[in-house]
Amino acid sequence: MQPFTYARAESEEAAIRAVSAGGRGTRFLAGGTTLYDLMKLGAETPERLVDISALPGLSGFETAGPRELVFGAGARMSDVAADPRLVRDYPVLSEALWKAASQQLRNMASLGGNLLQRTRCAYFRNGEPFACNKRVPGSGCAAREGIDRGHAVLGGSEACIATYPGDWAVALLALDAAVDVAGPNGARTIPLEALHREPGATPEVETTLARDEMILRVRVPATPLGRASTYHKIRDRESYAFALASAAVALRMEGEVVREARIALGGLATRPWRAREAERELAGRRLTPEAARAAGDAALRGARPGHHNAFRIELGARTVADALLIARQRA
Amino acid sequence: MDRTPDEPSDTPGAVSRRPLMIGAALAAAPLAPPGIAAPARAQDAGDGRLRVNLTVNGEARQLSLDPRASLLDTLREGLALTGAKKGCDHGQCGACTVHLDGRRVASCLTLAVQADGRAVTTIEGVAREDDELHPMQQAFIDHDALQCGYCTPGQIMAAIALVREGRAGSAEEIREYMSGNLCRCGAYAGILAAIQDAAPKMRGA
Ligand SMILES: Cc1cc2nc3c(=O)[nH]c(=O)nc-3n(C[C@H](O)[C@H](O)[C@H](O)COP(=O)(O)OP(=O)(O)OC[C@H]3O[C@@H](n4cnc5c(N)ncnc54)[C@H](O)[C@@H]3O)c2cc1C
Ligand code: SF4
Ligand code: FES
Ligand code: FES
Repeated sequence: MQPFTYARAESEEAAIRAVSAGGRGTRFLAGGTTLYDLMKLGAETPERLVDISALPGLSGFETAGPRELVFGAGARMSDVAADPRLVRDYPVLSEALWKAASQQLRNMASLGGNLLQRTRCAYFRNGEPFACNKRVPGSGCAAREGIDRGHAVLGGSEACIATYPGDWAVALLALDAAVDVAGPNGARTIPLEALHREPGATPEVETTLARDEMILRVRVPATPLGRASTYHKIRDRESYAFALASAAVALRMEGEVVREARIALGGLATRPWRAREAERELAGRRLTPEAARAAGDAALRGARPGHHNAFRIELGARTVADALLIARQRA
Repeated sequence: MDRTPDEPSDTPGAVSRRPLMIGAALAAAPLAPPGIAAPARAQDAGDGRLRVNLTVNGEARQLSLDPRASLLDTLREGLALTGAKKGCDHGQCGACTVHLDGRRVASCLTLAVQADGRAVTTIEGVAREDDELHPMQQAFIDHDALQCGYCTPGQIMAAIALVREGRAGSAEEIREYMSGNLCRCGAYAGILAAIQDAAPKMRGA
């Protein structure tokens, strides 16, 4: 692993200053479960780490507010997953957290770092001798002609088909969350939907954040849709695995009829993926198993299979359908 | 400061909208501007190593570390505590599980410098006295919850934490909250039985 210097920030302001002044090789470090992992593989090569994991001002969260839920970027996944109000009123958020990684990792990992986790594409993680445009821009994409079983069927480009692997961002997307960020030139708010990018011709650029912008908190508008919600995650094994396909859904029902539906997909696309067409088609319909399945098909419309991942289009449609029926039970 | 899982922090400042005060001094900021501290006391001169204070199994230890060192390698190679095992070195197996300030973590993905000033408990530190095993250790023996034993220290550290987290409510819950610990020998049935046996004894103790 390449050598680096390590410093602990004493405030958010100081951390931003240090990362900004330190130049390209300087990075924020939170739980390290993405960054340190990839440093061991040479896929990340920072020269200076600024540790923000012990900043008390980042670690709180408040789920009782009447207008919005607020989550500090440094809050740990395990603590937030177990919040009783979240479990009761926003199961989609709690489930997206406790169905991710393991309790050991959730005790370490921060909500902000989670949003910025990087793809699990094995070619990206391992590098040479495999070509990877994300790791070395312009070098090619080994996955396109290689093993693409876990790669994206939505949002891919010629340059990259890497799946965005996270769960939490998918649940947040369904609930219209936003992130407050701050950089050397001030603060701004980014809708979660505008945080992650499709790879296009520059797969190494994954978000719309500047390198020296820090995520301070995530905000979720309070909504009664939270109760009738779920994060349904299908994996190769029952637990402790990334999604082959997942769906975050939330519903407002009037009897049997859907008044409003929110549907977002995980594990299938190059970024957290909102399925607005499926949402529109479902609104005003009775939520029968057939309607749920039609919504699943609509959500995957436009999906493009590679060599080994076509099964995940059907799996994705069924995952959406099952999620809708689970959420309906909670309405 | 150490919160239990179902007791959210309500630090008032934690999620305030207070705008960040980022001044004009920024452009001239040196590499380590005010408010940035090397952990603990100063970076050792020259060689890039950092002085780090850990409390390991109740004992204060001072170490001079390369910032790259994982907590796992530091325990095993620096402190000769070889109970925590290296299975994958990437957070994928749980063999390296230890407790940091009472919470279970993967020590392979924990930078040792991030543990500065904190308390680490390893499998070597859980027995109550020299001759009395922790109830979870005893239960693993009683239920034959291992074969080769390589995953066992991590399983036991995870299991002790799981009981304290209140996650031993049902077989299903135990399986879910133990899923971060893989056993290549497939001793899962014994591991589940051991945890179910030890949980009430831990509460009683
Ligand atoms: C074995 C394994 C299994 C996993 N399984 C899952 C899973 O099933 N589902 C899932 O969703 N995730 C999973 N993960 C990913 C895990 O959840 C993320 O690694 C974790 O959430 C990242 O958070 P962190 O605090 O450790 O981030 P770090 O590794 O510290 O940081 C990640 C990135 O974010 C940047 N960063 C961190 N905080 C901020 C901030 N506040 N502002 C700006 N930039 C910041 C860092 O510079 C870095 O680039 C798994 C990880 C492992 C190792
Ligand atoms: S899919 Fe993307 S991350 Fe994977 S090898 Fe291709 S370019 Fe790299
Ligand atoms: S060695 Fe740490 S999880 Fe495998
Ligand atoms: S006992 Fe051999 S790996 Fe678990």
